[in-house]
Amino acid sequence: MDYTVHPLGDNAILIELGNEISEDAHQKVQTLTAFLEKHSPDWMIEYIPAYTTVTIFYNPLEIYQLSDEELPFDYICSLIKPLMKKLGENKAMEARVVEIPVCYGGEFGPDLDYVAEHNGLTPDEVIDIHSSGSYLVYMIGFAPGFPFIGGMSEQIAAPRRDTPRLKIPERTVGIAGMQTGIYPIETPGGWQLIGRTPVKLFRPMDESPTLLKAGDKIKFKPISLEEYHYWEERD
Amino acid sequence: MIKVLKPGLLSSIQDLGRTGYQKFGVIASGAMDPFSHRMANLLSGNEENDSALEITMMGPTLTFEEDTLISICGGDLSPSINGQPIRTWRSIFVKKGSELKFGACKKGCRAYLAVSGGFSVPEVMNSRSTYLRAGIGGFKGRALKAGDVLETGKPSPQSLKMANYLSKQLHDKTLVENDWGIASKLIPETIGNPEIRITRGRQFDLFSHESRVQLFTHAFEVTAQSDRMGYRLKGSSLALSEHAEQISEAVNFGSIQVPPDGNPIVLLADRQTTGGYPKIGQVAAVDLPLLAQAKPGDALRFVEISNKEAQQLLIKRELKLKELKQGIFLKTRGVN
Repeated sequence: MDYTVHPLGDNAILIELGNEISEDAHQKVQTLTAFLEKHSPDWMIEYIPAYTTVTIFYNPLEIYQLSDEELPFDYICSLIKPLMKKLGENKAMEARVVEIPVCYGGEFGPDLDYVAEHNGLTPDEVIDIHSSGSYLVYMIGFAPGFPFIGGMSEQIAAPRRDTPRLKIPERTVGIAGMQTGIYPIETPGGWQLIGRTPVKLFRPMDESPTLLKAGDKIKFKPISLEEYHYWEERD
Repeated sequence: MIKVLKPGLLSSIQDLGRTGYQKFGVIASGAMDPFSHRMANLLSGNEENDSALEITMMGPTLTFEEDTLISICGGDLSPSINGQPIRTWRSIFVKKGSELKFGACKKGCRAYLAVSGGFSVPEVMNSRSTYLRAGIGGFKGRALKAGDVLETGKPSPQSLKMANYLSKQLHDKTLVENDWGIASKLIPETIGNPEIRITRGRQFDLFSHESRVQLFTHAFEVTAQSDRMGYRLKGSSLALSEHAEQISEAVNFGSIQVPPDGNPIVLLADRQTTGGYPKIGQVAAVDLPLLAQAKPGDALRFVEISNKEAQQLLIKRELKLKELKQGIFLKTRGVN
């Protein structure tokens, strides 16, 4: 697998696996992170995957004592080399499909009408298009469990609000430009809000603290307000 | 047990951060000045990563409901016990019923109060650090409030030895300061307008020639819009030589990113895990404590060093710290 390495501060190495957002680069990132999850090299403290990169954190003093005199970054590079060779080229991986119920419009989606109007559609058509798409979680970042999702239809794209809202309630589903996303925790933000899910995306007390992870496929499922309340109580 | 009479401006329980969960988008948090945090813990006989109280600018007023071994390291926020000024960077044995207060912010802006045994708060995702925005970790996921009661953990054998040694000198006094502390040459010198050593960021070359020069020749002021997430700086407006969209990728403690308005932001303990703004620089880890003690109004000057130098400086300091740790252990062993 082709890659380049870069230091990110004195305790991290950034491995770049592509130079544009694509399913191909995403697959490479997934292959590397699957390896790191499985083998968890003892020099690794943790890693952060992104669209085209994986950044691995290490303890420079421990590496220094391990490697004797060598610069920790150089030593880490020498460890990465055989690791990357082992990975080989893109192995296709089975994606998990996660269904996310969404109650669209109303008080949960105050901008649904705007998104419809902006695209010359009815609110119901926006809901249809949004919930029939197939989405890929490229990465998690920005907030705990916040998915960067690809695959939204251009037909329902809408610009960010000129003035961001100071508080967007947790679990709100929104649209910004060509992207759709879900706010796991209450955050300020400029997205157009179209609905809310009763399902918690951030679960700090669970072993896996987020509902979604990079590589997941998402399906949105429209639900009624009654169903929303039922789900919310159950979750 | 410690009672909070006044909470201070922003007092939160932190350890050295929440590691292992950044891949889920969970921020690292932890002490802004990890060096002072570690020192305060070592002087209380704790592990470096135990929880301590991070105190910002205006400190809290606390009462100790039992005899307690404490240490305060980091910025000088004029701590006193029952009106008697106490020294920082030193172990102090405090008698039950004493009141700890803070006064003027003389040097730096963050102090770390460690107590023997650490603060007894539940671990959330392997850490006791407070993640303020998500409301988790630390003491009930938030900064301290008046009326809070903090429990302390079980002291280590090292803590007990230190406490026992000092308590013998207490007699009818309210506190005993140890006769040794951390040598001043080991403490990063906290001064206003510090020089901060940085390396080139990953997108350094994408910035205009002028911006690259200004980064190292102009001063950047820490603005009032600075917090545990990052310091927003004001100085020369930095610009890319041509507009280029960045692909979001990981950021680190000390990454200097530049949003489209041209004002750099240095990311700190409560930084997001990833960012999409170009990074012009990266603060060398060895100077992060110095940076974390800078307060709004201070002017920073950036000095360029190579990645190699940055790592070598860090290792040099870590080796010294290891020696120091050994020294504290030996000194304590010798007293019984």
